[in-house]
Amino acid sequence: MSVLEALDLARIQFAFTVSFHILFPAITIGLASYLAVLEGLWLRTNQQVYRDLYHFWSKIFAVNFGMGVVSGLVMAYQFGTNWSRFSDFAGAVTGPLLTYEVLTAFFLEAGFLGVMLFGWNRVGRGLHFFSTCMVALGTLVSTFWILASNSWMQTPQGHEIIDGRVIPVDWLAIVFNPSFPYRLMHMATAAFVATAFFVGASAAWHLLRGRDNPAVRKMLSMAMWMALIVAPIQAVIGDFHGLNTLKHQPVKIAAIEGHWENVTGEPTPLILFGIPDMKAETTRFKIEIPALGSLILTHSLDKQVPAMKEFPPEDRPNSSIVFWSFRVMVGLGLLMIFVGLWSLWLRKRGTLYSSRPFLYLTLWMGPSGLIAILAGWFTTEIGRQPWVVYGLLRTADGVSNHDATQLSITLVAFVVVYFALFGTGLGYMMRLVRKGPKPSEGDHHTPGGPGQQHTPARPLSAADDYQAEVN
Amino acid sequence: MGIDLPLIWAVIIIFGVMMYVVMDGFDLGIGMLFPFVKDARDRDVMMNTVAPVWDGNETWLILGGAALFGAFPLAYAVVLEALYLPLILMLIGLIFRGVAFEFRFKAKPAKRHLWDKAFIWGSLVATFSQGVALGAFIEGIKVVERRYAGGALDWLTPFSLFCGLGLVVAYTLLGCTWLVMKTEGPLQQRMHDVARPLALVLLVVIAVVSLWTPLAYPQIAARWFSMPNLLWFLPVPILVLVTCYGLLRAVARNAHYTPFLLTLALIFLGYSGLGISLWPNIIPPSISIWEAAAPPQSQGFMLVGTLFILPIILGYTFWSYYVFRGKVTHEDGYH
Repeated sequence: MSVLEALDLARIQFAFTVSFHILFPAITIGLASYLAVLEGLWLRTNQQVYRDLYHFWSKIFAVNFGMGVVSGLVMAYQFGTNWSRFSDFAGAVTGPLLTYEVLTAFFLEAGFLGVMLFGWNRVGRGLHFFSTCMVALGTLVSTFWILASNSWMQTPQGHEIIDGRVIPVDWLAIVFNPSFPYRLMHMATAAFVATAFFVGASAAWHLLRGRDNPAVRKMLSMAMWMALIVAPIQAVIGDFHGLNTLKHQPVKIAAIEGHWENVTGEPTPLILFGIPDMKAETTRFKIEIPALGSLILTHSLDKQVPAMKEFPPEDRPNSSIVFWSFRVMVGLGLLMIFVGLWSLWLRKRGTLYSSRPFLYLTLWMGPSGLIAILAGWFTTEIGRQPWVVYGLLRTADGVSNHDATQLSITLVAFVVVYFALFGTGLGYMMRLVRKGPKPSEGDHHTPGGPGQQHTPARPLSAADDYQAEVN
Repeated sequence: MGIDLPLIWAVIIIFGVMMYVVMDGFDLGIGMLFPFVKDARDRDVMMNTVAPVWDGNETWLILGGAALFGAFPLAYAVVLEALYLPLILMLIGLIFRGVAFEFRFKAKPAKRHLWDKAFIWGSLVATFSQGVALGAFIEGIKVVERRYAGGALDWLTPFSLFCGLGLVVAYTLLGCTWLVMKTEGPLQQRMHDVARPLALVLLVVIAVVSLWTPLAYPQIAARWFSMPNLLWFLPVPILVLVTCYGLLRAVARNAHYTPFLLTLALIFLGYSGLGISLWPNIIPPSISIWEAAAPPQSQGFMLVGTLFILPIILGYTFWSYYVFRGKVTHEDGYH
């Protein structure tokens, strides 16, 4: 079997496991902060609705978090099992960043999660709120480190290469590498927006079925404020991120734009749609707007955007994929902005909770944030190819020496297990969503309490859940 | 430079893996004890004894992987590549085990047995493959010019399979004595009954490994049986015997806490024995921690934060255990 086949399989395996994984942390990041806000508002205002929402979302959070942990564990080992050449080459930089993520984030999340989920009657209000905040903080700190590591692979600096391996020289330069601030902002914001749309869709589902209560309304209201304010901010951050990419990875931008060559003296057009053909070195069936490419990417009407043909063929990423993944992301982003604006208009007219067309759109937009996140990551990661560490190590040179048979077996195992288990998990999450927030849920006191000899079991026990569903 | 960074990092990683073995050891052991307990409500209790903490326990495994990556990238690359299949199997086992914690309580009663099975098999597969990986690691990994030079199935040997079984016994005993400490009534009695045979089997496992490794590997024999090493290390096997004796006595008098603490001691001793056999190699049989070390810029950078953060982690981990201290019973939260 050829080397290429094994390399492709290794890439597919990594892409598969990491794509599945990213969905869970994205929701975890958003929901953890949402829960912290809910608990904070409850403590401040003493309004029952916030506490009801907290209980409702913390159950969904628990299922989601569990899946994030187990799928994340796989990632921590896959660098070595599947990309051992990369690990040996770049471990001196990415390893410490990952270690800091574990120390400052994973332990923080895991350490306080138990109290957050099961400790309502074991610790005081203040300490419980503190635990929720620590979990939320952990998710954000985790984002910081993993994106520092990923961004360094995109725009490496602060190192030197000795004996064919990376040696860190300046850690500040490594962590705060050129693409890091943009990528961090873009991803953290994406997680918040994705969660807002997930929460909004849940509320819309209940309202469409006539299950109108203050908690459901509050959910929709909070989600739509997020959509209105944060979705446009995300577009601005995305624009800055794009300019940063143009500066450091111009060929990625050329691939995203399906832009093959510049005509001397003319500004670069923007190709709205088309089918990039890597072999023929052209984009077929294209619909383009003159000069708009230059306007968006150089903020001028005369400067040209770099084109694919200016780079040797072996250094070009696959434009056929990133052209479209980018457009999926941007398209969904524009739709989100539209939903936010529509919600404002309906809010003014007092029909936010009753407009069926709006509620249907909001429902269908539920997974939009997650799809946009996947599309965005496909764009930036496939756009980094053929490099694993940009300009330093090619992906083909970073892979472990496994044969195609081994990789096929494990890939099939991952696909089967992930779809079966995480599919079921998503099913459970949806079932919890369908139950909706219940007034005064979680107020009943389970036996025990701080300093008592009984551990109150899970407030999320199946017995309760099932009962609630039957009723 | 005066500070021996690779040495410090080896100690930190050894400590992290030790924490993992102990803490996830009893979690996984509980999974493997499920078949011995049929009552669904007892199974709820068993799971609830670790529900608030299992996630933190598993994090030590992530730390082990990440710290190895950062401090000894060569070892991370070579060892993980060599142990590809058992490690992937372990990860898949841990996935089944991990989701079972949440899913079991979310499933409809009719489907719950599926997640019981996921919990049992996940724990078993994860533990067994961890043991196999450990065994293969002890046996050594072929490296040529910083690359793994062996085959895809080099890890598959009688010794590694035996280590797989051995670890299953060790974790099951940990889980068993943990439950003795955390439960009461018939379930606790059941665990008391299982503890004795488990402890005896574990003693046999330790004995077999202690004989097998020096017989098969002259290097390990030389480490233990040359003078004056023998005198230095003699306390280890003696303490194993003493601890085992204490454990059996504690089980016999129906003690609640002592069996778990003595099992911890036993695991610690076994772990020390392995450490003595392998030190200072991080890729047995011949690559030492100093040869595989990341540059001091990396190890130093990591150390600054680690020395500061690790005590805090231990602090809130302890606090979390403290919050959930005491016995777990049937009536807790189920009505």
